[in-house]
Amino acid sequence: MAIVSRGFQGRRRPSDHRLPPGQYETVDFPVLSAGPTPRVDRDTWRFSVVTEGGERHSWTWPQLMALPAERPVVDLHCVTKWSKFGTAWQGVSLDMLLAQIHTEAEFALVHAYGGYTTNLPLKDLLDGQAWIAYGYDGRDLTPEHGGPARLLVPHLYLWKSAKWVRGIQLLVRDEPGFWESAGYHDYGDPWREQRYQGD
Amino acid sequence: MARAAVSGRLGERLRWRVATLVGQREETPTTRTLVLDVPGWPGHLAGQHVDVRLTAEDGYSTQRSYSIASAPDGALLELTVQQVSDGEVSPYLAHDLLAGDLLELRGPVGGWFVWRPDQTEPVLLVAGGSGIVPLMAMIRARRQLQMQLGPMAPFRLLYSVRSPADRMYLAELQAHDPGLDVHFLYTRQAPEGWQRPPRRLAEADLAAVAWPPSAQPTSYVCGPTGFVEHAADLLVGLGQAPDRIRTERFGPTGG
Ligand SMILES: Cc1cc2nc3c(=O)[nH]c(=O)nc-3n(C[C@H](O)[C@H](O)[C@H](O)COP(=O)(O)OP(=O)(O)OC[C@H]3O[C@@H](n4cnc5c(N)ncnc54)[C@H](O)[C@@H]3O)c2cc1C
Repeated sequence: MAIVSRGFQGRRRPSDHRLPPGQYETVDFPVLSAGPTPRVDRDTWRFSVVTEGGERHSWTWPQLMALPAERPVVDLHCVTKWSKFGTAWQGVSLDMLLAQIHTEAEFALVHAYGGYTTNLPLKDLLDGQAWIAYGYDGRDLTPEHGGPARLLVPHLYLWKSAKWVRGIQLLVRDEPGFWESAGYHDYGDPWREQRYQGD
Repeated sequence: MARAAVSGRLGERLRWRVATLVGQREETPTTRTLVLDVPGWPGHLAGQHVDVRLTAEDGYSTQRSYSIASAPDGALLELTVQQVSDGEVSPYLAHDLLAGDLLELRGPVGGWFVWRPDQTEPVLLVAGGSGIVPLMAMIRARRQLQMQLGPMAPFRLLYSVRSPADRMYLAELQAHDPGLDVHFLYTRQAPEGWQRPPRRLAEADLAAVAWPPSAQPTSYVCGPTGFVEHAADLLVGLGQAPDRIRTERFGPTGG
């Protein structure tokens, strides 16, 4: 539902430019993790959203599977400078999971099996920008790429797309995650090369 | 009565809505207040902001954040936009928009940089330039409640501007508002006969206005990123508890 703003021109990026500054294109799918690959069983898998007031909403694997799936095809940008174009995923939009939740929070701290965390503004998870992805390239998502399910937020550097995702904590105050505590940028926009704090 | 600041369901709150420009006021030569009619607006808290989305005819689209200037119980939503001369969005909003034009916005956004009517501690507001906007919403919210309910928590405002002509909401800030003290600070050009020479905010300026830490005040600091960093550091240096200093940085896009 884009309403045209009368007389607004704006500034476009140079046309057909898919590669953010400082990135190179790769065709394979590199694996980078902060630790050993967790093996997460679908029978015990849970995805939870906890509001700032402590209210918890949880989905089991069958409940996630019962939700309408989307098939986003997106470009990925890793802070280690590779970009991969046109990756094909299957998953549930976070719009679907978050729509009914009552909150005043502005930030999200994402938690993963294995203990990894990452933070991002809550609004970057909405409006068709983020998914809980469980399929890649027509198959189940393999453990090394975050299976059984990972977060997918392709407009931010890939470290925000937490693998082995297990939940989202809603916060009124931003709190740095794993890499962010180690000096990485709180937002991580590849187009602005927001790699480290202060970029 | 003040409308309850309901946040509503997330999917509702962060849905794009179409607003219509129904009025506008010039605040300074480079700043304009937009008065918007937003059907279905869920209400807001003083200090929250909205995201505004503009879309060109060929589909190109971009977004910026703008603080809500109006008190929570108005029927209309007001935003005050300072024109950044080489900016992509602010010149359009502050200059080109005409009554009847449509804007897409979503919100309210933000639950930390807010003042809630049940806060009873003294409040220090520190504004740099257009950082006055969310603080003005707090001043307005407090004044409305005070008229209905009697004395509210005392506020002090330290408002840093480049020159006298850059003061927004001047008439309103100079009007009598019991329990609100307003202090101006000039960084480039001071009014005739002003004692303090124009220069940027220093510790002595804040020390003269800040509440003593023993009063357990809450401080709200808003403005350009550099200003906010500097002011918040100074407040910590003055012994204010860091977790009682809330900041909002009007940095450029993103982040
Ligand atoms: C939470 C929040 C609330 C905000 N509320 C308000 C508000 O109430 N009123 C308001 O006028 N603005 C507000 N802003 C700032 C606003 O979102 C835009 O950044 C600003 O209007 C400039 O946008 P632009 O498209 O015109 O400039 P851009 O095209 O984004 O930038 C153009 C140039 O100006 C510089 N620039 C951009 N923004 C600023 C700035 N704020 N100060 C100094 N230089 C800048 C950029 O670095 C660049 O060189 C708010 C920002 C945030 C994050």
